[in-house]
Amino acid sequence: MSSLSLFFYMFSLVALVSSFLVVTLKNPVHSVLFLILTFFNCSALFVLLGAEFLAMLLLLVYVGAVAVLFLFVVMMLNIDFSTLRKGMSKNAPLGILVGLILLIEIIISITGYNFSETSNVERNITAINPSVENTKALGLVLYTEYSYLFQCAGYILLVAMIGAIALTHRKRDNVRRQRVNKQVLKDRKDSIEIKKVDIGKGTKI
Amino acid sequence: MIEVSIYHYLILSSMIFTIGLFGIFLNRKNLIIILMSLELILLSVNINFVAFSSYLNLILGQVFAMFILTVAAAEAAIGLAILVVFFRSKGSIAVDDVSSMKG
Amino acid sequence: MLTIAVIFPLIGSILSGVFPKLLGKEGVVWIPTLLSIASFIISIFLLITALDGNTYEEYLFEWINSSKLLVSWVLRLDVLSAVMIFIVTLVSSLVHIYSIGYMSHDANQARFFSYLSLFTFSMLLLVVSNNFLQLFVGWEGVGLCSYLLIGFWYKKNQANNAAIKAFIVNRVGDFGLILGLCVVYKTFGSLDFDNVFSQASFLKNNELEIFGYYFSSLELIGFLLFFGAMGKSAQIGLHTWLADAMEGPTPVSALIHAATMVTAGVFLVARCSPLYEHTYYSLGFIIIVGAVTAIFAASIAITQNDIKKVIAYSTCSQLGYMFFACGVSAYSAGIFHLMTHAFFKALLFLGAGSVIHALSDEQNIKKMGGLSKLLPITCICMWIGSLALAGVPPFAGFFSKDIILEAAWGSHTFLGSIAFYLGLIAALMTAFYSWRIIFLVFHVKSKNTYDNVHESPLTMLIPIILLSLGAVFSGWIGYDMVSTTKDFWLGAIKVLKGHDALINAHHVPLLVKLSPILVASLGIFFAWLCYIKYPNLPKVFTDRLNLFYKISINKYWFDEIYERFITIKVKLLGSYLWKNIDVRIIDKYGPNGVSKLCISIANRIRKIQSGYVYHYAFSMFFGIIIFISLHFIIFYGA
Repeated sequence: MSSLSLFFYMFSLVALVSSFLVVTLKNPVHSVLFLILTFFNCSALFVLLGAEFLAMLLLLVYVGAVAVLFLFVVMMLNIDFSTLRKGMSKNAPLGILVGLILLIEIIISITGYNFSETSNVERNITAINPSVENTKALGLVLYTEYSYLFQCAGYILLVAMIGAIALTHRKRDNVRRQRVNKQVLKDRKDSIEIKKVDIGKGTKI
Repeated sequence: MIEVSIYHYLILSSMIFTIGLFGIFLNRKNLIIILMSLELILLSVNINFVAFSSYLNLILGQVFAMFILTVAAAEAAIGLAILVVFFRSKGSIAVDDVSSMKG
Repeated sequence: MLTIAVIFPLIGSILSGVFPKLLGKEGVVWIPTLLSIASFIISIFLLITALDGNTYEEYLFEWINSSKLLVSWVLRLDVLSAVMIFIVTLVSSLVHIYSIGYMSHDANQARFFSYLSLFTFSMLLLVVSNNFLQLFVGWEGVGLCSYLLIGFWYKKNQANNAAIKAFIVNRVGDFGLILGLCVVYKTFGSLDFDNVFSQASFLKNNELEIFGYYFSSLELIGFLLFFGAMGKSAQIGLHTWLADAMEGPTPVSALIHAATMVTAGVFLVARCSPLYEHTYYSLGFIIIVGAVTAIFAASIAITQNDIKKVIAYSTCSQLGYMFFACGVSAYSAGIFHLMTHAFFKALLFLGAGSVIHALSDEQNIKKMGGLSKLLPITCICMWIGSLALAGVPPFAGFFSKDIILEAAWGSHTFLGSIAFYLGLIAALMTAFYSWRIIFLVFHVKSKNTYDNVHESPLTMLIPIILLSLGAVFSGWIGYDMVSTTKDFWLGAIKVLKGHDALINAHHVPLLVKLSPILVASLGIFFAWLCYIKYPNLPKVFTDRLNLFYKISINKYWFDEIYERFITIKVKLLGSYLWKNIDVRIIDKYGPNGVSKLCISIANRIRKIQSGYVYHYAFSMFFGIIIFISLHFIIFYGA
């Protein structure tokens, strides 16, 4: 028994269990934590496949940013755990049945697929090309052939950032801001007025 | 069975996919579960891509997986922003309360 | 030129009808009139052109172009249509001028003039048409305008009823006309006059099979077309609408029910003379119907008390003359009488209108009398019109009526002779009732005292005077129409050899030639006896011949018979169909049922939109499952 197979089975088992717990736990904080566990395990699976750069990326981005974001929001929303409703709807059996049918069908279609002769799908897992590291291989391709996609991904992130800010931005009335164009365009005749005042009497502004 | 071939990875990916799908329509708890299930689905697709990239000796699978990662992060951010705004106006994130489009 | 003459009235109608505010109170009345007069002036040139032999067709545009039928809008100028255009535009212009004065107190003058011009346009379209379908369009147009104009004072219930009656009785005739058109198409394969008439002699033995019986096609066509003409020209059986049509304003009666629309039937028969010449039974039927109508209508007119109704029945009777003239193959005599009749009948109507207008809408002759001093010009013109109607020389009616009666004699057939004698008796009655009117209205001492009775304004008098000039001179001028030496018609009317009633008409014995004049004088003398010399004489007659009097004054009970046997049944059928079938069945399963079904289905479908996103996601997912399963089952036979 190859140790790689053992590792594979271990990691995939934990991943499956924790993803199942993500959707079934009552406490959303627990759900998020199990999501993080799922991500870790999948990252390990990526390493097994020889894609170490992507594995690290998964940890950095998914766990370090997305899951933490989830946690922030869960904390911020201050949910009352005691009044949360029961998890399953009354259509649960039907839904589970239909989902299992889907799973079975996907598996049937996967295993029935004929791969070509040149690929080596039946072999045991190995690294892709031992001579070039994964990072270098990605770098060789990412900025040359797929540079447009790379730029587009940047734009997507920009748009997401702007969108998130625009959605949650609240106008605060009691915060004073500087409006530079108004300051620059201010004129003497708008701001100063000379009034003749008699001695002893006041004046109204 | 002992030798791990691509089929194992693909079956794993489809299982995680199905679990994510369950999370979307079987949950009555709150909306955050839906967003997390979405992340699970995207993760399963990632596994699929990387598995194929490894077995077919093409780097394209990993490149695409990276982009999926990017988009998933962006989408998670926007989804949570919408959730926050929704919570501000409704005060609750129970799934049953999200029915103002009722026909 | 021809198109312009036909289009001018339409332009006048649209301007007055659609833009009355734009034209102003004066413009809305004068613009259609001036356009009509312009049409008339053009028609003079057209008449001269046609008589010189320059007949032509103006092609406008195509209408129906299927593989088997080609119908286009073509305006045709030949002698017959030129004569008709001349008559129509002349009388129409004069009636327009007259209406300016007659309707001056009415609030809806714009609508009136618009309808008048629309009618003129339709009638012109009818007479210049080059194919049956275009003629039918004009036919329907004049029927429509007749309805609109009879019911002009729509606030009066009687006017509405009369308008509907006119339209429906016309419709019954139109049914025959449409069937005739169908048989024409089936027999000849085309609806163009030129095609049909040139093939007529070759297809005279053609037969049509209906339900196993064989009919000669040309006879069938002749009969059906004449049935349509009966409706339009108020021959016996379909005449009931003409008397009631007097509910409309008097200019309408003058234009439509004296000079133009009712003569459309005669025009149709004359136009289709190439077809009729090859039939035998149809012509015989026309003779009988025409002659019987002539005497029937005259017998009713003797006892009526409404001045307009008397003149209406007189029209009906004279149309009978025109028809039996056509029946004995003397079509030119029929058209000649049409022309002179247009003059003197319009003159009579307009004069009657002048009297009515002067007496503030009094129409019962028993309440009139002694108006000869108060309305001198009207009196003279009515005398001229009646003299023309009775057929006294040298007025116009003498020439045309004489030639008709002589042609009836000259046909030397059994039916022609019957027509001759019936026509003579009708002439006697015609003279009698015409002078009855004149004596009772103008010369008898009246029991009423009139205040504020004055002669009509100039706009009403000028047309009357012009028409009386026509009534005097048109007989002399138009006599060429019936001459057998000069070819007047240049092929527009066809008469076969052997049908030489018209030729014989010029050579009848002297007694026959003089008989209409004798009979007319007898009628006038009799009227003088009854109303001037011995005013008690009418009462003696009505007491002794009570049955005839009753039949006549009740118009032979035609209206009542129709009402009882036909109208009530049709109304019952209509209301049964409406309440039971239309409302209960068709509406219930049709619009109402469908809308209820839509609403209930939509209500059910609405519940699918629960508002929960996970429901939607589930249904999407479910759909995917179905697709994949179907894929498996179909492709792998799992």
